[in-house]
Amino acid sequence: MQLPGKVAVITGGASGIGRATALLFAREGASIILADLKPDAGNRVIEEIVQCGGRAIFETVDVTRAADCHRVVEAAIRQFGRIDILFNNAGIIRRATVLDLTEEDWDRVMAVNVKAIYLLSREVIPHMQKAGGGTIINTASGWGLTGGAKAAVYCASKGAVVLLTKAMAIDHGAQNVRVNCICPGDTDTAMLREEAQQLGEDSGHFLAESAKRPLGRLGTPEEIAQAALYLATDASSFVTGTALVVDGGGLAGS
Amino acid sequence: MRLENKVALITGGTSGIGAATAEMFAREGAKVAITGRNESRGATVTARIIEAGGEAIFLRTDVRRAAECQRAVDETIASFGRLDILFNNAGVFFPQTALECTEEEWDLQIDINLKGTFLMSKCALVPMIAQGHGVLINNSSGWGLVGGDRAVAYCASKGGVVLLTKAMAIDHGRQGIRVNCICPGDVDTPMLPEDARMRGLDWKTYLAGCENRPLGRIGTVDEIAKAVLFLASDDSSFMTGTALVVDGGGTAD
Repeated sequence: MQLPGKVAVITGGASGIGRATALLFAREGASIILADLKPDAGNRVIEEIVQCGGRAIFETVDVTRAADCHRVVEAAIRQFGRIDILFNNAGIIRRATVLDLTEEDWDRVMAVNVKAIYLLSREVIPHMQKAGGGTIINTASGWGLTGGAKAAVYCASKGAVVLLTKAMAIDHGAQNVRVNCICPGDTDTAMLREEAQQLGEDSGHFLAESAKRPLGRLGTPEEIAQAALYLATDASSFVTGTALVVDGGGLAGS
Repeated sequence: MRLENKVALITGGTSGIGAATAEMFAREGAKVAITGRNESRGATVTARIIEAGGEAIFLRTDVRRAAECQRAVDETIASFGRLDILFNNAGVFFPQTALECTEEEWDLQIDINLKGTFLMSKCALVPMIAQGHGVLINNSSGWGLVGGDRAVAYCASKGGVVLLTKAMAIDHGRQGIRVNCICPGDVDTPMLPEDARMRGLDWKTYLAGCENRPLGRIGTVDEIAKAVLFLASDDSSFMTGTALVVDGGGTAD
């Protein structure tokens, strides 16, 4: 086991990459605090973890609210006494150009994808500092490193995540808090299917187009979870401020 | 064990990052062939691996020579039956501006660091493509992503390694080959005091400069080896064409 005795807070943990990471971290021995807006789906993940002998609790959290972020961290400390790993993974997408994007959608995407990382990190980092260190992993995107069509606010938000990651790495490295992000390429999740819907495209065609990359396929949530695991463990003890690209080669030519 | 039944070929495997990676790969179950130009250092590393219960051979190889690269691949397969992982790690460094670097020194750094990666990959890809899978990991550098002072040929060679990595990833992904590179920051290897000496800097002053990064220290060879292990194993099965930065935050700003 690679995370024995560790405690991990995972946002957006009810589905997709967050869910796969929660299951993997729990198998590796970590206690999980799963934060998500969706209690039904979230509690199903908790059941899965507990059935396999893991430890996990669910908190209904809107990560864009400071009070919610404070509450989930309090709950984690109360339940498990510490936080070693924060996986800021909650995210949403709006597929639109700036002309088609409403101001409300701009604000919502920026709040969930970027501001939430700030709100939650500022709650968690003091606990990590007191404990002598910790590791924060943010979900950015390939579209945090390069642009994409009809994804203006998503690109803006994920670009912000990459640089917020580096800035926090610089600020908190001296206290042994490592901060890195993952830049997944298209991964087989509900969000990817929702993109097809937002664009009004046939889902099968959209997924086939998304698989066009050097490895010729989509990623699985489990493969992204493995990258998060690498960044969460001591295997990456000299890694901070980096963007780990996990995209089947999608960006190799960008 | 994460590399059970795998066979790995590691260039520049007689010291530093290469030797640490060879020993870690062997502990994870891989059979390991290491190359280098120094016979006795090679024998020391293979002896350590064999003593710990692993399997290892040393192949005296100059990665600048195509025939020697081909022989290294052939002998690895002759000894261990297959080749799954190639770690292009051999590298040299001289601290020089363009004015200080002679043409011979330019050629030496480009030929070992960059052309050697091309030649070894060219030879290793053939059996890997035939078996339908394989992993290449190239040792680039933080100075393959950003410039550094007095390091013209090194920066050029390592920048070349990053983009050679991406180009090969695009060409061979559909054949089941993953190609990635690591970009280490300053690491506790013999290259570091050698650099201080060549720059005429006192070790303490030099080291303090190297430690001036977010994590406040230089890396260990094992920390780099763990990154190579991650890229070599199926844990990184959706990763190709990437540069994994392992530098204590040195290039975060």
